[in-house]
Amino acid sequence: MPDLSRLDPLKPVLPWLLLALGLVAPFALSAYDLNLLARFMAMGILALGLVVIWGHGGILSLGQGVFFGLGGYAIALHMKLADLPSGEIPDFMVWSGRDSLPFWWTPFSSPAFTIAAILIVPTLVGALFSWAVFHRRVGGTYFALITQALALAFSTLIISRQDVTGGFNGLTDFYSVFGFGLASPGTGSGLYWVTLVVLCVAFVALRWLLASRFGILLRAARDGENRVRFLGYSPTPFKVVAFAIAAMLAGIGGALFTLHAGVVSPALIGVVPSIEMVVWVAIGGRYSLAGAIVGALLVNLARDAVSSAFPELWLYLMGALFIFVVTLLPRGLAGLVKGRAT
Amino acid sequence: MSGSAISDLLLSVDGVTIDYSGFKALDNFSMTLNRGETRVVIGPNGAGKSTLCDTIIGRVRPSQGRVLFKGEEIQRLPEQQIVARGICRKFQAPGVLPTLSVRDNLALAARKDRRWWKSFGIGIPADEKLAVEEALESVGLTHRAEVEAGTLAHGEKQWLEIAMVMATGAELLLLDEPTAGMGPAETSRTAQLILGLGDSRTVLVIDHDMSFVEQLAAPVTVMHQGKFLKQGSIAEVRADAEVAAVYLGHTA
Repeated sequence: MPDLSRLDPLKPVLPWLLLALGLVAPFALSAYDLNLLARFMAMGILALGLVVIWGHGGILSLGQGVFFGLGGYAIALHMKLADLPSGEIPDFMVWSGRDSLPFWWTPFSSPAFTIAAILIVPTLVGALFSWAVFHRRVGGTYFALITQALALAFSTLIISRQDVTGGFNGLTDFYSVFGFGLASPGTGSGLYWVTLVVLCVAFVALRWLLASRFGILLRAARDGENRVRFLGYSPTPFKVVAFAIAAMLAGIGGALFTLHAGVVSPALIGVVPSIEMVVWVAIGGRYSLAGAIVGALLVNLARDAVSSAFPELWLYLMGALFIFVVTLLPRGLAGLVKGRAT
Repeated sequence: MSGSAISDLLLSVDGVTIDYSGFKALDNFSMTLNRGETRVVIGPNGAGKSTLCDTIIGRVRPSQGRVLFKGEEIQRLPEQQIVARGICRKFQAPGVLPTLSVRDNLALAARKDRRWWKSFGIGIPADEKLAVEEALESVGLTHRAEVEAGTLAHGEKQWLEIAMVMATGAELLLLDEPTAGMGPAETSRTAQLILGLGDSRTVLVIDHDMSFVEQLAAPVTVMHQGKFLKQGSIAEVRADAEVAAVYLGHTA
């Protein structure tokens, strides 16, 4: 069995420590703080995907917000419809002068369709998009720029189609999900447990994936795409599958985040939030699954603390942190821990 | 041509031209290789030696001419299909995979089923494990099997890549400057390694090091400005006035 400890220096202590904290949190935190933690954990699910594509695949995506948004809007459409008396349409549509639902809203009244859409739509979009780029052998910085353009186009599209998307304000005012009232404390802690379970399952599955031959080939293609190609492998499918997995995790994270936050909007999924997602992982350690979770939690905690007191300061602080980490700690906080251990 | 000559023929490069917008890296170049043969290709810088390798493995595509492997045209096939038919190349700059262990490098090379959907597993078939162990032994890297390939010394990287190319089981091995950066002792060992392949493999070697070429004692093809110049034993080529002239920088 390949030894992953080289790639994941925090193994094996940190994942168990994180799990212990995750199990204790519902009994130690207030409902408000638990909700905050659950949001950050949903972001941690997205961060795991970035470890796969960026850390192990060498593919920098500045467009993870798109997939986060696809998952978030899918669940938001469902909740909007679930709260409506029959025959009515959401209030923002009325204000925009519409008198009927767009056809593509209708299937989201089904919980099964919604869950399937959360899992499948981001994955499929990610797979098709990355295949279109990678099979033409476009990569590196060009790929990063194309993903950034994708994030810009997606958030612009949502803002411009206010009558069917809610526009700049996004979608909010949800009251229930799958029959559970969102105001009840039981639902809040239930959603927390769901998020914790999803995070753990994703962590374990990716740990296996990165140790498998797939993970070895992904790193091989990152370090020597030509060598891999001239050993008889086609590198494209490995990169496409990795990107689709990251897109899927971003979509699941986006749906869970929307449930916890009670809102999804272009401000959460555009160019700047997509870059922030990369910063979490850069700070936590892009080669380390546990490091990425820690990065997502810490950066968002810091953001919450700083931006409520000094909102205009946050972007500067994050930029400075990013430069600091990239120049001095290329392996992120995970690399720091490794440095002390060895 | 007799029947046995046709069945012995493994590779035929037939009138190939590689045109880089006006500059012809290969200019109507032809050569053949028989099964089990070892052939050395020499020539001054820019003669088109590496371009010849690039053409055979599909890294560049000829504007004219054909490449026939086992009688079938391969010059339009995707790279991985050319490899699957039994051709593998060692690059000029060592092309090992630096963050993978030496063993993982060889295991990827030895893997027979290279389809991506078969990659979701951890186990390695017994015959591939055996091939990896043999490859490690043949280049003396058994004790280094678990280190990251990027931390190997330069000569060790060269050997690892040669071992990778051998481990693919390819019938035709293209070795582009296998002794670059090696001392005399390492060079001799590399020559022994190639001679040890015997008749089971066909080998095309590109190298500048004349002592290495002499140790291989193989027929030599001389290239110049993308064209075929001479062919013969190392002694014949050395005695040739035209060859001497191109190496001294005059065009014959």
